Amino acid sequence: MTNEQIQQALSSRFGDGVWGFEETFGIFSCYIKADLNMDILRFLNEEPSMGFQFLTDITAVHFPDKKDEELCIVYHLHNLVANKRLRLRASVPISRPDIETAVPLYSGANWMERETYDFFGVNFVGHPNLVRILNADEMNYFPMRKEYPMEDPTRTDKDDEMFGRG
Amino acid sequence: MGRPVQYNTNLDNKKPVIPEGYSGEGFHATTLDHLIGLGRSHSLWPLPFATSCCGIEFMATMGSNYDLGRFGAERMGFTPRQCDVLLVAGTISKKLAPVLRQVYLQMAEPRWVVAIGACASSGGIFDSYSVLQGIDQVIPVDVYVPGCPPRPEGILDGIMRIQDLVKNESIRRRTHPRYKQLMESYGIE
Repeated sequence: MTNEQIQQALSSRFGDGVWGFEETFGIFSCYIKADLNMDILRFLNEEPSMGFQFLTDITAVHFPDKKDEELCIVYHLHNLVANKRLRLRASVPISRPDIETAVPLYSGANWMERETYDFFGVNFVGHPNLVRILNADEMNYFPMRKEYPMEDPTRTDKDDEMFGRG
Repeated sequence: MGRPVQYNTNLDNKKPVIPEGYSGEGFHATTLDHLIGLGRSHSLWPLPFATSCCGIEFMATMGSNYDLGRFGAERMGFTPRQCDVLLVAGTISKKLAPVLRQVYLQMAEPRWVVAIGACASSGGIFDSYSVLQGIDQVIPVDVYVPGCPPRPEGILDGIMRIQDLVKNESIRRRTHPRYKQLMESYGIE
């Protein structure tokens, strides 16, 4: 299976829904429309010529400067038979970070999506139990978003005298 | 030939500790406070709460090279209900803080707490949203051991400081208004 075959199959099936094909760091990747994410994942999983049946990871990236595309959800897929990896990226606005859940297709997506929600606040619509998984339950912000100063001057839990900067 | 250390000049200070009191031929009278303190200080049961690299140093402290057993603290109890000293060695995340507090609450009085290492004392290098910035935010601490991680000698010194505390504090310290005030400031009854 070559990159061209994957690009050909995706483009002919989804047209404008996929773009920006490139190979970076040895992994073929492309951008997908956020509301087509499940159609594309299901196609890649169930189409015999594709066979991306293993979901390696779901994560997200926050690009504060990209207007209405602030949150980028990244899917890493693996075709175990051909040992071929594929990276899909879908962008959603931070004001309405909704994307359809992948749990019906990949059970392993359950905790990955909970983690992505926990750190980036991505709302996976239809997820059976979208609650925090790693951080303390009472946390009321999404810590991996790039909207906090490096040294938060309003923090009260850090004793500066311990660090010689009091 | 000159040697770096010819003999240990500190030995004079290390005579067996005899509590203040009245001595005579074949007897020694002292207060119950002193007697109980002496007994307690040499039979501390530590509860290791080791989460990271400081815990490895603590394991070395327990081992035969450094041998915490010399100080009467040989019996690690892995249950808070039987232990006297809580040894917190390592990074405590904010999610773990309620667990640590629960462990402390389950210990019976009298109880002491040692914060081993920079993370337990102050959060250390983890100036982060997820790490508790010192366990003294959730439980009162008696002795802080600095270091990242501290050497076993440092941990031994911390234990000896605890022994000094145990020896010299009044057995009624725990009913003292100041102690109660401290506990109330942590919301512990």
